[in-house]
Amino acid sequence: MSGTWITTRAWLLMLPLLVVMIAVIGWPLIDTVRLSFTDAKLVGTEGAFVGFGNYAKMLGGSNFQRAFITTTWFAVVSVTAEMVLGVLAALLLNQQFRGRTALRALMILPWALPTVVNATLWRLIYNPEYGALNAALTQIGLIDSYRSWLGEPSSALTALIIADCWKNFPLVALIALAALQAVPRDITAASLVDGAGPLNRFRYVIMPYLAGPLLVALVLRTIEAFKVFDLIWVMTRGGPANSTRTLSILVYQEAFSFQRAGSGASLALIVTLLVTVLAVAYAGLVRKAAGAS
Amino acid sequence: MERQSPAFTVFVYAAALLLAAIILAPILWLFVMSISSAADLSTKPLNWWPNEIDLSRYQVLLSTIENSAGAAFTASLFNSLKVAGMATLAAIAVAIPSAWAVSRTSSVSWSLYAVIATYMLPPVALAVPLYMGLAYLGLLNSVFGLALVYLTILAPFTTWLLKSGFDSIPKEIESAAMIDGARLDQILRLITLPLAAPVMATSALFAFLLAWDEFFYALLFTSDLRAKTLTVAISDLAGGRVSDYGLIATAGVLAALPPVLIGLVMQRALISGLTSGGVKG
Repeated sequence: MSGTWITTRAWLLMLPLLVVMIAVIGWPLIDTVRLSFTDAKLVGTEGAFVGFGNYAKMLGGSNFQRAFITTTWFAVVSVTAEMVLGVLAALLLNQQFRGRTALRALMILPWALPTVVNATLWRLIYNPEYGALNAALTQIGLIDSYRSWLGEPSSALTALIIADCWKNFPLVALIALAALQAVPRDITAASLVDGAGPLNRFRYVIMPYLAGPLLVALVLRTIEAFKVFDLIWVMTRGGPANSTRTLSILVYQEAFSFQRAGSGASLALIVTLLVTVLAVAYAGLVRKAAGAS
Repeated sequence: MERQSPAFTVFVYAAALLLAAIILAPILWLFVMSISSAADLSTKPLNWWPNEIDLSRYQVLLSTIENSAGAAFTASLFNSLKVAGMATLAAIAVAIPSAWAVSRTSSVSWSLYAVIATYMLPPVALAVPLYMGLAYLGLLNSVFGLALVYLTILAPFTTWLLKSGFDSIPKEIESAAMIDGARLDQILRLITLPLAAPVMATSALFAFLLAWDEFFYALLFTSDLRAKTLTVAISDLAGGRVSDYGLIATAGVLAALPPVLIGLVMQRALISGLTSGGVKG
């Protein structure tokens, strides 16, 4: 068979996927670009061409700048915590102890819990009057009066980060554990014989095996964290005093609560661009790491 | 392991207990809330274990009596099943031929990167035109419309997973059958797909879990019992005026049950899918 026919056959086999992707991703994306240059409303008016007006207005506005900082903070802190906790948990699960298999099985639970259920659960735990956190902290004696964890701008974002970490560090742990198990036993044994301390062993013997998978986990988690919506919408809706309003929440409010489709679209594309830059930068990192190991 | 000092062993067990507590405590508490009476949940100091086990909320939520709280909940449960089921089937159907084509034809493999790239798109980037498009087609607030939109997430994802599955099936088996005169559809049906059955099952489960979990599009594109999914129903409960926290917790337990059971049963397959899909790309 000739190469052209094989390529043509491949495209034919991909046709259904291509049609679907153009219908639900390609066309909407292009239309978002078009809308972003108009002052269209969500319902009714077609909107007039306004050039880069929406972009200028959105990028220059304090709402965007604040949401950008909030999102970055959320992503950096929760992803860092998830990576550290995940690796520590994986190192632990790679040891031999009774109940190890059961504990590994449990790790899948937070990951399997739907995000909205996770958000609801933590919202109940943080409840100012009847929440378990207030009850537990008072009973241990760490606080003497109940606090409104999600109701105060000073603690709301941290409370969200904890909820996000709890759900997602087990995934990092499972990915890291799978990588750890690929480390050949004789290599760790040899490093012991050579007298390598635990830190050196981690740095020089184990880390080369972990680096690739961990970078992939890092990319995926960072992109997810940057897009965060469900968790925040269910727990705080961006409040109190907009202290947890991330970029996705801001776009939702602009486009759907205020029905400003045009400026909402421009904001959505700014977010898309930021995510793309992140993804490309990370993909470069991943390739570099893969080449190194 | 090689040699372990007693102190190290103690440390390992202490750490394992701590990890187990961190993982389990919130989940157990969700369950305890769902079986505690409203009085137990609103006393100070809090009752960590109910005086009497109260299963009535499960009955309330699973009842199908018209206009009851249960009717709304069970309707959303069925909507979630329908949407996730339809979207999964459609995603697998379009992903199988494409994933095979990408896996076997190096000249089109670049297109997979385009497919993966779309997976990174934030849903907000597509939401406005999708909303207008669904409104135009009269598919707002319909399970069918929502399932269609879910393909934005499910189709790229399953293609990616299936492709790495097909990669691990040796090309030579297919070539041998081709030399024996088998047609492409016969090769796929009789050789490749049976060999890929485990990967297809994992991909389908992943797709189902993703659809079951989805909230953003469901929040935007559904409005009442006809299409509202479980995630939206729960966020309504959590954000609404329901003062019975046990009821909210019960809804959470019920919504978490299918994915958690799938997760526990399919653990090995899910993790290997996650790591191989994630690592090999």
